[in-house]
Order: sequence, then C-alpha cells, then structure tokens
Amino acid sequence: MTTATTPETTESHLSREEVEALAHPKQSPRARIGIVASYVGMGLIVLYCIIPFYWMIVSSLRLPTMGRSTDFLPNPASIENYKGVFSGVNNFGRALINSLIISGTTTVLTLFFGIVAAYALARLAFRGKAAVLWIIMACSMFPLIILIPPLLKMFSSTAPFEWFPYWVNTYQAVIIPGLSFGLPLAVWNLTAFFKQMPVELEQAAMVDGCTPAVAFRKVILPLAAPGVFTTAIIVFIGSWNEFLVALTFLQAPEKQTATVAISKFTGTTGFDTPYGTIMAAGVIVTVPLLLAVLAFQRRIVAGLTAGGVK
Amino acid sequence: MATATAEARNVPAATDDGHKHKKNALSDGQGRLAWMLLAPTLLVIIVVAGIPVVMSIRESFFTTNSGVDPATGMVAGGEKFVGLQNFTNIFAGENIVKGTWGSMDRFWNAFINTTMFTIVCVLLETVLGVAMALIMAKAFRGRGIVRAGILVPWAIPTIVSALMWKLIFDEAGVMNRILGTQILWLADTGASFWAIVIADVWKTAPFIGLLTLAGLQTIPAEVYEAAKVDGASAWQQFVRITLPMVKPTLVVAVLFRTLDTLRMFDLPYGMVGVGKYRVETLSIFAYQEATQTRYGPAAAYAIILFIYVLLVAFLFVRVLGADVIGDSAPPKTKKKKRRGGSDEARTGEVAPLEAMGGAH
Repeated sequence: MTTATTPETTESHLSREEVEALAHPKQSPRARIGIVASYVGMGLIVLYCIIPFYWMIVSSLRLPTMGRSTDFLPNPASIENYKGVFSGVNNFGRALINSLIISGTTTVLTLFFGIVAAYALARLAFRGKAAVLWIIMACSMFPLIILIPPLLKMFSSTAPFEWFPYWVNTYQAVIIPGLSFGLPLAVWNLTAFFKQMPVELEQAAMVDGCTPAVAFRKVILPLAAPGVFTTAIIVFIGSWNEFLVALTFLQAPEKQTATVAISKFTGTTGFDTPYGTIMAAGVIVTVPLLLAVLAFQRRIVAGLTAGGVK
Repeated sequence: MATATAEARNVPAATDDGHKHKKNALSDGQGRLAWMLLAPTLLVIIVVAGIPVVMSIRESFFTTNSGVDPATGMVAGGEKFVGLQNFTNIFAGENIVKGTWGSMDRFWNAFINTTMFTIVCVLLETVLGVAMALIMAKAFRGRGIVRAGILVPWAIPTIVSALMWKLIFDEAGVMNRILGTQILWLADTGASFWAIVIADVWKTAPFIGLLTLAGLQTIPAEVYEAAKVDGASAWQQFVRITLPMVKPTLVVAVLFRTLDTLRMFDLPYGMVGVGKYRVETLSIFAYQEATQTRYGPAAAYAIILFIYVLLVAFLFVRVLGADVIGDSAPPKTKKKKRRGGSDEARTGEVAPLEAMGGAH
C-alpha cells in the first residue's frame, strides 16, 4: 500500500504522455524558441561567412567587360575570365607553380625540423624548456616587416652586403623568411599533438627492446601521422597565403607567387582594374585550399586551437 | 609524458647510485637528447629570425647615402652611421601628412592608424566571435556545416579577400548598391578605415568564434544547472560563469588577433594601396621606406613596431594572465589532469585542444 515507488504503481498514476513529458523536462516552449533561434543564428553565421565569397565566384563568372556589374547572378554566365587568368599576359600558371614550389619546400623543411623539436618538447624533461617555448612563441609573435629592411638590403647585394649573392627573385629569398613563421606554428601544433599520445606507447616499445629513437620512428611517428598531416596543411596554407615577403623579394613576373601575381594583374583588357580576372584567379587560388580545409576540418580546427596562429 | 617527466625529477633525488639510469630508459640523458633534437630548430630560428632582427637593429642606426641611380634603382653611395637619428626624426616633424587624425608626422599617423585598427577590429571581432560561439554552443546539430562555413574566410588568402572586398566596396559596387549610397569607400577617405575594418572582422571574427567555442565546450553543464537552481538569469550566467570560464581561451585568442592586427599589411595594401595616409599602417609605411632603399628609417619603424608588439604581448601575459605557453605547465599538473580528469584543471590551452582534438 505504501510501496508507491514500484513501477506498477507509478504507471497507474501517470499516463504514458506524462512520463514522456517528465523524461524531457527541457522541452518547454521557451527552450524550443531558443533552439529555433540558435538555428537561425547558425544560418546567419554561415551566410555571413560565405556571402562575400559567393560574390567573388559570381563576379568571376561574368564577361570580362562586366567586372563591376552588381547583378546577383552572372548574366550572361561566362568562363572567359578563367581563360584570361592563364593567358600570356598574366602567366598565372607559372605563378601557381612558383607558389607550389615555395609552399611545398617551406612545409617540408618546417616539418623536418619541427617534428624532432616538438617531440623533445612534448616528451623529454630538461632544463630550459620554458625558455625554449618562449623563444618559439616570441618567434611567432614578431612582425614579419622587421625582416624586410635588412634582408632586402642583403638579398639585393647592396652595400655593405656586396659579398652576398643576389637573391632577389629567387625561391630561397622567400622560403627562408617563411620558416620564421612556419616553424613556430609547426612546433606548437606538433607538441600539442605528441602530448596527447599516451607515453605508454613508447614504454611498451622499449620494454620490447626498442631504443628511444627506434620507438619514435616505428611507433610514434606512424601514429602521429594525422597530427603531422594537419600541421602540414596549416603551414602550407600559411605559406601559400603569405604576401608581404613574396611581394618584396619576388619582383620578376616569372618568379612571382600566386598571391603576388593576383595583386598585379593587368587583365585581358589591359586598362581599368580587371576585377573579373582577379576574382577568377582568386577562386582558383582558394578552391584547392577550401577543399583541403573542408575535408580535414575537424583536424584543422583542433590544430589551430592548439595555439600560435599567425 | 606525464610519467616520464615526473620520474625524471624524482629519481635523481631519491637515489644517487650508479644504477639510476637503468631504472628508467625514458629519462636517461634526457637533457642532452632534448638539446640535440632542439638544436636544428633553434639554429634555424636564430638564422631566419634572430640574425635578421639584430641586423635590423644595426640597420636602424644607419642611413643610406643619397644618390640613387634612377636608371637601375641601385644605390650608389653606401651607408653612414647616424646614431639615433632615424628614431629621433619621428619627432622632428619633417614629414607632415594629413590623415584622419589631423596633420602630423607620417610615422605617428601610421602609428595611430595601426592602433585604431587594432582596437576597433579586435573589439568587434571579439564581440562578434563570442556571440557566434554562444550560438554554436546552443545548437545540437549542424555544427559541422557552420564550422565548414567559418573556415571559408580563414582559408582565403588575405590579399585575395582584400581584392574581393575592393570589388564589393567599389564606388559602383554592390555595397553601395545595397546601402543605396554613393560612398567613396576606397578613395583614402574616412570610410576607407571602416571598409578595412569590415573586411578584417569578416575574416577573423568567425575564427575567434571557433576558438571560443572550444573553450565553451569545456564548461560542465552542471555549473549552469546549479546556477539555474539558484535563480541566476541568462545574463548573470553569461557574466558570472561563461565569461570567466572561457577567459583563458579567449584571452589567448584575442592576444594573437591583436598581434596579428598590429602588423596588418595585406588588407590596406590590397584594398586602398600604399601611400594612403588614412589607412597607412606601420607595416605598410616601413615596407614602402624599405622598397625605396631607405633601409635605415624602415628598420627603425619596424623595430618600434616590434617593441610595441612586445609591450602589448607583455601586458596581455601580465595583466590579463594570457597563458600563451600553457603547455609548459609543471609536469605534476599535467599528471593530475590526465589521470584524474579533474574539471578545474581543464582550462588553458590544452583544454580546447583536448575538447576539439580528442573527438576524432
């Protein structure tokens, strides 16, 4: 009689609907409005992010003569701008190859140095670790412009650097300063990633007779591949998007990277700002990055959250 | 990691016999190994950053002799030592320009522009970014789509987005059409400042939102439930719970954005151009000086910007407690965090990483 807590008794007092309602106490009308509002908000965020990009795509699909049109759809649609991008004047194919060489080399070098350094920072106990972290952090903070005056002077063999080879319009003139922002980023990301991996992995390997170096190469590195890959993408994008250094040191059209080439487009018509061609080139430069980013978005977000974002 | 580092500290203290190395291969000679592994990176940093910075400091005490050959653009004369003249010249008032903030030396004009860009942009980005994060945290589904959308502005090269906004803000462009105005956004007017602010906020507010969301996700739901039981309003919950708990993540994100905006170059360069005093930043001014072979002043301005950046970073770390090298926390804290999984330890930079990165 007093055993009201048994399920049978509960069912006799409450209907199925009431039980359901009790099971989901949060579904009040107010909460529902909140959820709807949050979806509307998310829709607005997405629109905010992609509408300007939509404008870039739309503008690239107009006729070259209609660069400034404000129609919300291209009328008529045309791929003339995309042809114009690769025409002789703009030499954009070459620029893309230059970008690929420079970003690729920067990424590979950065990873090569960054992986070993990050492993040491993540796994080993040694004096001066905080100092090293601060140096690397400071390196990702300082303004790139401070490298420009002395390096420009040096790479252009201006007095007192007559002994230095003329490095303006060479890849290494951009790759070397590029390491100064790629390396901190890589070390930071990879350190965070290595720290996530359980130390028991190496311990198990060593119990099985591996030296620390072998344990690193055969156990840690393969497992860290996703982290290394993410870091590679982030560094590559950073390097691909770099503008100031490339603009300063790559003055010859045949050596320019894609970002510099876009900023100097003369277009197919030769006068006025060739917006259509610029937008088409912008889309070409951006779409591969976007595909990579969308494919690996979870990992990239994790990598970016790890710190140092330049 | 936790075990290795903790034992590395404990073992030598506990026993000092010759066998201590055999007990833990992981901590054996870690110091030397660590420096060996770090040496290449530190060497590269010294070569690509350390030496150029020192060279830049040296450069700032010199000036190029006049006598530029107009045919080749090569400097004829070499350089001479001028001491602090490149720095004192900014007070000499020899290069007065008229910008948004009145007539003043071109350096100070650029300095104020840089500061104003930083304050306005970072403020707007933070407010907008936090709002975005709050919205995203509320939603249960569709986060993937939003995250994908948010990464679009981030992935577009800044110079490309500058040109994209240049088209949007064209005097006959779509912005004026939508607003029904005839504003000359890009003609070095007061509106140019706001055009650049809008472009910068567009690119980076979602990003702050993303980082803040990572911080938000580490706040346990029980805290909010407890607050609700105690009758806290939504605003009180936001100010008393959300903001303090998301602060470590947010402060670091804001610090990085601030430093990034202080060296702003691509957007004003791409949208308005060089030598436009209403939007000229220190980076652009120094760049233009350097490319006109005035290396000395360029280096001096770059160094002032560097010191400015250091000061701001220092203030963030000291006053706001930005935990920029959060990974370097003492090993023991790490051990607690990993083993105990205690919630109060889940702050700082490691937490968002675990929250976002641990999910895959």
